[in-house]
Amino acid sequence: MLLQQIVNGLTLGAVYTLVALSFSLVMGILSILNLAIGELFMLGGFIGFSVIAANLPLPVALLAGMAGGALVAVVIGKVACEPLRDAPPITPLLSTLGFSIILQNIVTNVWGSDPLQLPSELFDDRLTVGSLSIGVMQIAVIGVAILLVGTLAWLIQSTSAGRALRAVAENRDVARLLGVSVGRIMLHAFALSGALAGAAGVLISLHYAAITPYVGVDTGLKAIAVMVIGGTTNVWGALLAGPLIGIAEVLTVAYGGSQMRDFVVYGLMILVLLLRPQGLLGGARSDLGQRV
Amino acid sequence: MSTYHAGLLADIGILTLGALSVYIILATNQLSLGNAGFMGIGSYLSSFLTVELHWPLTAAVVAAALSASVIGIVVGFPALRLKGIYLAIATLGFGEMVRSFLLVFTPMGGSGGYHGMQHVSLGYVWIWTAGILVVILVLEHSHLWLQMRAVHDDETAAGLVGLNTTLIKVGAFGFGAAVAAVAGALFAHHHVYIEPGNFGFERSIDFVLAVILGGSTVGVGALGGAGLLVLLPEWLRFLADWRLAAFGALLVIVLLTRRQGILDRPLLARLSFRGAGP
Amino acid sequence: MSDGSTDVLLRLDAVAKRFGGVRALSDVSMTVGRNRIVGIIGPNGAGKTTLFNLMTGAYRADAGTIIFDDQPITDWPPHRIIRAGLARTFQNIRLFAGMTVWEHVLVTQPPEGNVMRGLLPLRWSHAAVSARAEQILKFFGLEKYRDVLARTLPYGIQRKVDMARALAAAPKLLLLDEPVAGMNHEEADELRRLLLRLNEGGLTILLIEHDMAFVMNLCHELYVLDFGVRIAAGEPAAIRSDPVVLDAYLGSEAAC
Repeated sequence: MLLQQIVNGLTLGAVYTLVALSFSLVMGILSILNLAIGELFMLGGFIGFSVIAANLPLPVALLAGMAGGALVAVVIGKVACEPLRDAPPITPLLSTLGFSIILQNIVTNVWGSDPLQLPSELFDDRLTVGSLSIGVMQIAVIGVAILLVGTLAWLIQSTSAGRALRAVAENRDVARLLGVSVGRIMLHAFALSGALAGAAGVLISLHYAAITPYVGVDTGLKAIAVMVIGGTTNVWGALLAGPLIGIAEVLTVAYGGSQMRDFVVYGLMILVLLLRPQGLLGGARSDLGQRV
Repeated sequence: MSTYHAGLLADIGILTLGALSVYIILATNQLSLGNAGFMGIGSYLSSFLTVELHWPLTAAVVAAALSASVIGIVVGFPALRLKGIYLAIATLGFGEMVRSFLLVFTPMGGSGGYHGMQHVSLGYVWIWTAGILVVILVLEHSHLWLQMRAVHDDETAAGLVGLNTTLIKVGAFGFGAAVAAVAGALFAHHHVYIEPGNFGFERSIDFVLAVILGGSTVGVGALGGAGLLVLLPEWLRFLADWRLAAFGALLVIVLLTRRQGILDRPLLARLSFRGAGP
Repeated sequence: MSDGSTDVLLRLDAVAKRFGGVRALSDVSMTVGRNRIVGIIGPNGAGKTTLFNLMTGAYRADAGTIIFDDQPITDWPPHRIIRAGLARTFQNIRLFAGMTVWEHVLVTQPPEGNVMRGLLPLRWSHAAVSARAEQILKFFGLEKYRDVLARTLPYGIQRKVDMARALAAAPKLLLLDEPVAGMNHEEADELRRLLLRLNEGGLTILLIEHDMAFVMNLCHELYVLDFGVRIAAGEPAAIRSDPVVLDAYLGSEAAC
């Protein structure tokens, strides 16, 4: 029923929001798409799975996923993106693609290519509100996502590191002139980006009670759509667009068949790109080029 | 020649065309991450013409290319409003929308795919590949291509020195779409079974990879890159389960050390014993 | 300001342009007679480059009309204006990063014959275009830089390439945006002689410049802009001693 679908959509959307923010952080700093984020997301899920399988508590799983994501993201930033920051954006984009290929290969070798199921006891708790039956896990996913987004917003707005991040995103050269250590800020941005993606991976595995090595690509691409729709680099935009797209997707599957959902999601994205270039809540504009 | 090797060579030919489709559009500084969508259109349209309407193959290929070019031009106009990475993202969206559409389009099989095409030989594939490659190599020396390069280097200045940047950029999309559609038509009739999954993001990215690796500033780079992309996984077989990681690592290394790709104009000039090019 | 018996090639009538709340140009009118060399001067920020951008179609005027060669070009797109015979150089040169000097004087020329000709290799099909390109290179003394990537050349040479590129389009009116900025006395003098030769050959020239000596020695008439408004117009001798003009210059921080 409809409310049930909306809750499902919100849960999915929460995950999209986090991955979209992961993309946004890198877009803001370097104006490039880090195509490895999908695999960081996937990696987080697998790390989380291993921690849960080792009977450790969920928060540890979450932190482990975030740590793993952050660590690998920093490696990618240092090796693939930073050296290529003056190259045309297509070069670092393909470089991150290279890393995504490497990551997926590693994961399938370590964990196998079959989906892994999470212990079902985790998902037995359900909340019943009238005719609605919501898994406690779903609430947890949404709650954690909101917490993470809030933390990110606080970090960016109220800390000096966040201010430095915004300065670099605004104008790298001026930031450098003002004494900001641009290299270090990039590191922070990548680490944050990786942590968010890793967290999202743990959360999606909790939502679906399973994890597969192939979940990265599709979610990654949809998260790019979410980022653009909300407004690239706008934190609240991602928070709005994630659930929006999550619900749109879930409703399309419920009432139109699962094959149509990509059409709807990307159709919405293209509409926004053309009709409202700054995204719903205003972020980087799609119609203003980078000056060479 | 074994079927296996013939298959590889056919894949190289088809990938070369796909790479060229990206190359043409990239020559005007537009990155398209959705050319697999045009390939898919070409595949399905040509298959429909040969299987349902019994058209001769070559006519079907031409019709598919022309239709795709119209769609390419339609895509090219709104694309004018988007810059850089956002254009790339929009084309990505376009590609996914085409794939998604093909999934629901049950008259052509939907997710079950489509079959019934007559198999074409390796030779036929390469007639098209070589033909289009030669056309582009000749075109690269034309006044039109010079104008494309100007638009690529500085679109605003190009407009202000008299070039019709709209025509050039939209035209590039139209031309690129046509070439991708030919690749699709050949793919359909060589593999004799197609499904929407053949024309997703991975395919679009393969095209881009081939161009960037092979050499993004010269048309023949598409050929080199296609060869590399098809043959490398074969050469890396000895690494068994780790060959994909090795491929990824190689990709990163090449991009870090030689951004313009393997072939570029100075290298080509040296290889052909000429001075600095025309 | 009388044009006397000369034909008017370019006429601006009450042209205005604003950017957000800033009025960059207000009620600017001027005429450029055929075969004349006209200069636009004024302190920094007076709106001179904005005026050029309006003339070439980069911006659209909010009010007023622009007539070029008896055609109303106010709303035309840039490439149409250039094809009608109005070409420009750039304050920051803006050469094409991947192209040689030779390619710069080829690319702006309208291709010979029909569209199909434009698809054939230049070497075979475009004899007239190549000949013209050679001619232009020779005029500017750029032959030895023919196959060099234009952006790697010294600044002064790049300026010449920018001008050569504009001339390759066979314009009737050439707009020069600060053509001698950064040049030393000899280079400026050489350019002045080149421009006089071009003018003798029938080219009408309109230029923006800060270098007073250069402008005084070259232009037949001057227009002075300040804060987006035309404050004076006339022959150089008259402008030089006009108190309104002096006030505008002395009053602003940017010296010329």
